[in-house]
Amino acid sequence: MREKTLCTIVTFLTPTDAMAFECFAGQHDLPGRLIPVPSAVSAGCGICWCAPHEEAGALGALKAANTLAIEAIYTLLI
Amino acid sequence: MIYLDNAATTVKKPPAVIESVTAALTCMGSANRAAHDISLSASRIVYEARGKLAAMFSCDAERVVFTANATEALNIAVHGVLKPGDHALTTDWEHNSVLRPLYRLERDSQVGLSFAPADSAGSIDYADFERFLQPDTRAIICTHASNLTGDMFDLGRIGELAKTRDILFIVDASQTAGIFPLDMKRFGIDILCFTGHKSLLGPQGVGGLAIGSGVDIAPWKVGGTGMDTFNHDQPQAYPERLEAGTLNAHGIAGLSAALDFIHDTGMQAIRMKEQALADRFYQGIKDLPQVTCYGDFSRERAPIVSLNIGTTDSGTISAELADAFGIATRPGGHCAPRLHEALGTKQQGAVRFSFSWFNTADETDAAIEAIRYLATE
Ligand SMILES: Cc1ncc(COP(=O)(O)O)c(C=O)c1O
Repeated sequence: MREKTLCTIVTFLTPTDAMAFECFAGQHDLPGRLIPVPSAVSAGCGICWCAPHEEAGALGALKAANTLAIEAIYTLLI
Repeated sequence: MIYLDNAATTVKKPPAVIESVTAALTCMGSANRAAHDISLSASRIVYEARGKLAAMFSCDAERVVFTANATEALNIAVHGVLKPGDHALTTDWEHNSVLRPLYRLERDSQVGLSFAPADSAGSIDYADFERFLQPDTRAIICTHASNLTGDMFDLGRIGELAKTRDILFIVDASQTAGIFPLDMKRFGIDILCFTGHKSLLGPQGVGGLAIGSGVDIAPWKVGGTGMDTFNHDQPQAYPERLEAGTLNAHGIAGLSAALDFIHDTGMQAIRMKEQALADRFYQGIKDLPQVTCYGDFSRERAPIVSLNIGTTDSGTISAELADAFGIATRPGGHCAPRLHEALGTKQQGAVRFSFSWFNTADETDAAIEAIRYLATE
């Protein structure tokens, strides 16, 4: 098993919201990728965005801006 | 064969549509179900197609819902908004995919139903939309273009009426999506139903609804959505709320390529060519002896020309066109019973010629010559 790292996890209510986020991330060079929601997170639609922990601030600001449908943001060792 | 039955389905597709479906069939997983690349590749293509349709119809991407065809979309729309005690206003131009769901609701669910009537020329007076409204009218449901005559409604006019009375406006755009601008906001459309395999030039098996913001549709089909697994109820968020079951992502991939083709070629260029071919045909046959054409040719119209020759059964003419001239047309009732009744063609039916981007002037001239021969022989 690879070593665990601290990550920022963005969850979405629907898979369509997850796809919208991935599309936005691609357009704005946001690091990260879609992964299955880790079992430690009980929310989410099954797919979440996993980014390096350094991105937590930027992702938090994105959620606060409320232009993308983000359900919640978590910090997890995965 | 010269194919002039494009109002039923367009047979000739842009090559990119075929390539896209083939590529999807070789590598695509189930959309919105997992985070591995094979599933995500499907999710991405589905999401992209939603975005392209949202741009075409001026709505939010998550409010584009995929279905199997317009019939399913119309069933979802009509059953999802009308409740017992509601009244609905529709028209004599409608296809059975609008009429039968409404007749069933009228029969089984105490939904009141009125029709803006067509006269013997097939015309509908806009004043009748207002005349038949009731205090409990919940929705106006109408086609953009008649699939029998090609005549079109001015959607902005009906949408305006619906808005001022706070009534939902549901449009069947089966014959016009892809060739006519359909800006939901501009026309005041609350729910637009489309099918992918006609003027949108995509494969069969994909259609959908575009839903305006603030409009809610109760799901009539519930099941797996790839999310909220332990919830006993259907998720409320769009589009998943109305998309239970695995999507036809292979078909959606084809539709997505067709949308690119329409975008790159230009909707206006496509429409003008199709209308020019239909008009060329109409001008070539309208004055022939015994030929009766149906509809109003003085206004903007969908590229459809329906006709009869004398009192000969439309099926006989259509069979002769196929057998002797290699021309494919559609005779009979075209799933448009009320308009045939208004036109007086219930028994005879009508022979429908419908044109696509891929038809040519030579094909159109061959159809004119065939009708000339049959009308004068
Ligand atoms: C006006 C109109 N509405 C609805 C439909 C139904 O389309 P589909 O068979 O793709 O559901 C058609 C197609 O025949 C049509 O012409």
